[in-house]
Amino acid sequence: MNKRNALLLLSAFILMAGAFIASLLLGRTNYSWVTLVSSFTQYNPEQVDHLIIRTERLSRAVIALSVGAAVSLAGAMMQALTRNPLASPDVFGINSGAILLVVLATLLNPSSPMLHLALYAVGGATVSAFIVYGLGSLGRDGLTPIKLVLAGSAITALFSSGTQAILVMNENGLQDVLFWLAGSVSGRSIDQVLPLFPFMAAAGVAALFMGRAVNLLMTGEDVAKGLGQNTVQVKLMLGVLIVVLAGGSVAIVGAVGFIGLFVPHLARSLTGRDYRWALPFSAVLGGLLLIIADIAARLLIMPNEIPIGVMTAAIGIPFFIHVARKGGAWK
Amino acid sequence: MKRYTHIRSRTGSMDLQFETISLIWILLGLLAFVVAIAMGTGWGDTYISPNAVLSTLFGTGSGEHDFILLTLRMPRVLTALFVGAALGVAGAILQGIIRNPLASPDIIGITGGASVAAVSFITFAGGVASIKLLPLASIAGALLISLLVYGLSWKKGVTPIRMVLIGIGLSAAAKAATTLMIVMSPAISAGKAYLWLTGSVYGASWQNVYTIVPVVVLGTLLALAFSRSLNAQELGDDIASSLGVKVQRHRFLLILISVVLAGTAVSVAGAIGFIGLIAPHIARRLVGRLYGGMMLVSGLIGGLLVFMADLIARTLFYPLDIPAGIFTAGIGAPFFIYLLFRNRNQI
Repeated sequence: MNKRNALLLLSAFILMAGAFIASLLLGRTNYSWVTLVSSFTQYNPEQVDHLIIRTERLSRAVIALSVGAAVSLAGAMMQALTRNPLASPDVFGINSGAILLVVLATLLNPSSPMLHLALYAVGGATVSAFIVYGLGSLGRDGLTPIKLVLAGSAITALFSSGTQAILVMNENGLQDVLFWLAGSVSGRSIDQVLPLFPFMAAAGVAALFMGRAVNLLMTGEDVAKGLGQNTVQVKLMLGVLIVVLAGGSVAIVGAVGFIGLFVPHLARSLTGRDYRWALPFSAVLGGLLLIIADIAARLLIMPNEIPIGVMTAAIGIPFFIHVARKGGAWK
Repeated sequence: MKRYTHIRSRTGSMDLQFETISLIWILLGLLAFVVAIAMGTGWGDTYISPNAVLSTLFGTGSGEHDFILLTLRMPRVLTALFVGAALGVAGAILQGIIRNPLASPDIIGITGGASVAAVSFITFAGGVASIKLLPLASIAGALLISLLVYGLSWKKGVTPIRMVLIGIGLSAAAKAATTLMIVMSPAISAGKAYLWLTGSVYGASWQNVYTIVPVVVLGTLLALAFSRSLNAQELGDDIASSLGVKVQRHRFLLILISVVLAGTAVSVAGAIGFIGLIAPHIARRLVGRLYGGMMLVSGLIGGLLVFMADLIARTLFYPLDIPAGIFTAGIGAPFFIYLLFRNRNQI
């Protein structure tokens, strides 16, 4: 089993690397291998091709890869933590909370550095996660899928009306923000995002090491406690990692919905319930999927570009409906 | 005082039964509509006294307020009132059929579908087809998405919970599609896009009024004819059919009425949220569960809610004109949370 999983993971990783390179080559102008290689070996900023590959394309690919991985990891941990197959950053209303605070921060100080925006995003993510979790857990049956979805959509409606109110009062730059709200990996340069990466990477690596603890937690709270796990600590840790990964992603690209819902299911269907494998699979597959979605987003309606959030919705929502049709039960 | 009042056709084949309490609230609601028209059109950047408003309306004024009142404010107030009424009635019908207090046109995805269709119509047929066809497009969109929701929720029958879940999923899809259209469309500016995403009666014209008023009046009358059927359906499918209600056929027709009402409302004012959820609840508090009276009161309350949201949006923040939908969501979402809390053991 482990050998098979390792092989699968390796091939997913190779696919992801291939997609990454394709993302550098394809676009409004397609480049050849020669240009790609020379733009890295003999970088010449005066040459337009080199400039585009090294700034625009590379930024997009890196951002898509890391955000895809981060959101999917967050989704996988949420589904485990809540034992709920419909849990994911967008269904939970985390995206809307993060967006509200980011928009608020931009309003108060238009030149806020990325790191501040990310802090606000994580704050907003935390607030909405707490509210939705609390609201959904009320009642006799605890956190059922339907209550989670309803609570999440109520919070989303509330926070997005706040966001819209702020935006309407400040119409300057509305078009940019609208595109960002819909989720976009373009228009952010890697330099802007760079200060965020250490934190996201740390959270991502920490998440990968949570596999054993999550497996234990999934056996049930009592069993986990009996086997000596400090469940409160583990849950708290998971919660922190989730809001950092999901909130940070929103700060970078806006609302990229439904990928955090879909990818963990895909990962588990390949590996089974063993989270030591499901978590790394989620990360790699999430990165792969978002890079592909981004390539498709720029190729499909050239010269325009589809917001990547629309692409991920197109992939993720049919899956959401598939799970919803089963009443939101684990298969 | 009698508890019930009947309105019968001569042969007795039609019989509308109203509780007296409903009649009182309906009259009060109608009065509030009139007051809203007389006072609401006077408030704004330039205040116009009710007297001046009335004399302008009846053509006896000096004509100095004609432009502001008759061209700008009157269509806007009327549109707000009737859009709200359409949503209120549509919501009341849906909650009756789905038998779930959390059902409403926006949560089930109906308004989402109407928005996509409207925005696509503007994007692709903007220059070609007449803008008068826009309501038809958005009704078609609303119809399509309700069929989808119904079809996808079907699994040896439809359960309300599954419908709500799938409706939420499809609303998200509709929102994504709307965003896509807005990004693609050269015809829709970012500012205008908000009209479709949040709902606003800003810039309403008489053309809008002529569209929405007949639909609301006809739709409500038709729905009234089915009010007894709705009362029976609330008891459950089995009891309703043993009482002689053709459940499936009536349900289909009622959904159709609700879809047409909501779709038309969206085509003139965008997706104003939560009215279809709140208005029926307030109406039920006021007049009880009996359809007919409840539905009418729900429509009147819906209208007044949108009117007030719009009034606040255009006066408090002047010179900004904030979409009314932001306010309805600001009130509606907490109300939804409250409903969720109250029904926490049922869902």
